[in-house]
Amino acid sequence: MADTSTQAHGASGQGETRRDFLLYATTAVGAVGTALAVWPLIHSLNPAADVLALASTEVNLAPIAEGQAITVTWRGKPVFIRHRTAEEIETARAVNINELPDPQTDEDRVQRPEWLVMIGVCTHLGCVPLGQKAADPKGAFGGWFCPCHGSHYDTAGRIRRGPAPANLEIPEYTFLDDTTIRIG
Amino acid sequence: MSGHSFENKTIKWVDERLPVFTLLRHSAIDYPTPKNLNYWWNFGSLAGLVLVIMIATGLFLAMFYTPHTSLAFDSVERIMRDVNYGWLIRYMHANGASMFFIVVYIHMFRGLYYGSYKGPREVLWWLGIVILLLMMGTAFMGYVLPWGQMSFWGATVITNLFSAFPLVGEHIVTLLWGGFSVDNPTLNRFFALHFLLPFVIVGVVILHIWALHTTKSNNPLGIDVKSPQDTIPFHPYYTIKDLFGVGVFMMFYFAFVFWAPNALGHPDNYIPANPMVTPAHIVPEWYFLPFYAILRAVPDKLGGVLAMFGAIVVLFFLPWLDTSKVRSARFRPIYKQFFWLFAANAVFLGYLGAMPAEGIYVPLSQLATAYYFGHFIILMPLLGYLERPRPLPQSISAPVLKGGGYAASAQPMEKA
Amino acid sequence: MRKFFKIAMVAAGLTAAAAGSAHAAGEEIHYESQNWSWNGIFGHYDRAQLQRGLHIYREVCGNCHALSLVAFRNLEAIGLDEDSVRALAAEYQVVDGPNDEGEMFEREGRPSDRFVKPFPNEQAARAANNGAYPPDLSLITKARVNGPNYLYALMTGYQDEPEGVELMPGMNYNVAFPGHQIAMPPQLFDDMVSYADGTPATVDQMARDITAFLNWAAEPELEQRKSLGVKVMLFLAVLTAMLYALKRRIWSDVH
Repeated sequence: MADTSTQAHGASGQGETRRDFLLYATTAVGAVGTALAVWPLIHSLNPAADVLALASTEVNLAPIAEGQAITVTWRGKPVFIRHRTAEEIETARAVNINELPDPQTDEDRVQRPEWLVMIGVCTHLGCVPLGQKAADPKGAFGGWFCPCHGSHYDTAGRIRRGPAPANLEIPEYTFLDDTTIRIG
Repeated sequence: MSGHSFENKTIKWVDERLPVFTLLRHSAIDYPTPKNLNYWWNFGSLAGLVLVIMIATGLFLAMFYTPHTSLAFDSVERIMRDVNYGWLIRYMHANGASMFFIVVYIHMFRGLYYGSYKGPREVLWWLGIVILLLMMGTAFMGYVLPWGQMSFWGATVITNLFSAFPLVGEHIVTLLWGGFSVDNPTLNRFFALHFLLPFVIVGVVILHIWALHTTKSNNPLGIDVKSPQDTIPFHPYYTIKDLFGVGVFMMFYFAFVFWAPNALGHPDNYIPANPMVTPAHIVPEWYFLPFYAILRAVPDKLGGVLAMFGAIVVLFFLPWLDTSKVRSARFRPIYKQFFWLFAANAVFLGYLGAMPAEGIYVPLSQLATAYYFGHFIILMPLLGYLERPRPLPQSISAPVLKGGGYAASAQPMEKA
Repeated sequence: MRKFFKIAMVAAGLTAAAAGSAHAAGEEIHYESQNWSWNGIFGHYDRAQLQRGLHIYREVCGNCHALSLVAFRNLEAIGLDEDSVRALAAEYQVVDGPNDEGEMFEREGRPSDRFVKPFPNEQAARAANNGAYPPDLSLITKARVNGPNYLYALMTGYQDEPEGVELMPGMNYNVAFPGHQIAMPPQLFDDMVSYADGTPATVDQMARDITAFLNWAAEPELEQRKSLGVKVMLFLAVLTAMLYALKRRIWSDVH
């Protein structure tokens, strides 16, 4: 009885090709339908409308005095906004970029020299570097220092020493006017 | 039984170590199925499909839902408004519950009509009732989760049922609530249990199918399979028949999801729960209405609760309450009439459950409740003795001729 | 196949009975069915009507009734452009904070904010409304039996009380309201607003417009739902027909 059952399909010879066509077509349509039915479930995992609505945030820069920094939350991550002093800008621009692990000029990292805007997440393993507050350790290059594994960033947020492979990331942002930026 | 060998080397290699493919072949491909099953036999596999849909949609809803009294309602609305396709997933889940009960109730009535509960399928029938009970618990707790007015007051009324039991009643209710009223602890545990129970259902469904494949399927004639002539392999005959049924069912289901998603729900559940204000008319979901009518038909608190539970418990005894030697109502002219009367009575009980418990509805509920129990406890045992069944055909392959009596000869009618 | 139809009929009957009984309890007042644009298989909203309804909500209802589940950004769906939404949101003052001093502060609304509640909580709302609580309108058409028709009937249902009816103090007579005594005074009067699109602002027109807007607020997914439904149904019809043909062929050798 074992051998008959495996041949259950093609038992009747007549109309066999038509059945096969129908079988393949139905299987294909059914498979497409099943795949499409799964899409709403998968897509539900993507950011929802209320999450996307918070994808950009506006920041008023007016209260930040020269030499001060603030941290704002954007897309669940800290963004460092630093009102740099002339000295800090000068230090950052004096560096020979060929000596940097991740070569980038200071000009490439800012839209206006006095405002440095970057994501405050260490490019090594995702910790938040210190250096925002006056009393924080700022590392060997006067910028930021990541306490997790000892990465040192300079006053342009570039990696100078330690395990981090890249400079602190610059988010997309635009100046709406002289004292307001929109991040994202 | 291990005579099969698989052509594909990989399949063969795995199967020799873990015979999943042999299992699949025995239970879903070669499984010898009576060749005369009608479309009423589609509802078992449909129920399985709905269970899968409910678990899949429920899993994704759980990723967005927050089981807290102050956040639950808004988290459901966030699913409806902000989560991609959230409205579709939620409406599929909410209407899926109703579809599950429609399909399972039809499945049960099919069993009642064709005597599928009778020996040797008693355990199969029991497992089905256990599934129904688990479904009821799951559905009830699921309805509480959106934390609307009906959620809250439904939970309050149903949990209070347990207070009817003497001595321990109040303690049971406090235990269920985790407090002094339905509140955040209640919502939390209901969410946990609502997530768990469907997987328990899956477990019992596996036992249900195991028992089915042990005793084999009943059939519309209610007579045993006598020879291989009477059966056909499950695949492709019943796979394709089931799939066609799935197509039709999905259209029925999605008609609700897309065009009447709230028709089976209650508007009050779009009002956030308010423990200080009871809605004017509390009604359970439609699938509980017949049992709700039985609860209210008995004027005594404990008596009502016992009657309601008894309405399910009596089903466990059905294999012995039915004394007839014949399974299928097709050959039981009197039982057939009472079957339809019972079905109509069940729908009538559902109607009564939605009506206010006053005036003419009270005695009508009592009458309908009396018939519900009388059908099982009095009619079923008596009919077995009093009724003269029509003659049974000799075999599935030799069905009764139009005029009654036996087929002249059991000629094989299959080509293959 | 005939059997099959029988099964379908039974299932449909069972469901109809269930649906009927679910709503049977309670409602004695008959609400005439209006010809809403979003009814039917292909139903869709009229954007201009929704914007007129938004106008009514902002001018009239919003003084007492919250719409707390609708965000300003959602208004892009009824045809407002991004800048209009931004400007409209900025007209509202949203409580935010705490700031670095630990104080809550008010700022201009943003598109991601939701409509600001007219009262901070239920108690404040009751205190300002003679003890009655103006319900949140975000879901009102789903939270009432026959929601849109009820709402329209309520908006147009104010009358002088018939003889023999004694109104409780502060109550108003409305034929559509269960019990006929409603705390909310009539709100709509001819030409009380002037619509930007020049539509005459009759009470009937305004009642229809606010109903449309609130139905959109309750079911913003309706258009997507119905259009996806049509596609899914067509697909299932084709697939089911193919499955039926295949079933017929496979079963042709069984008797």
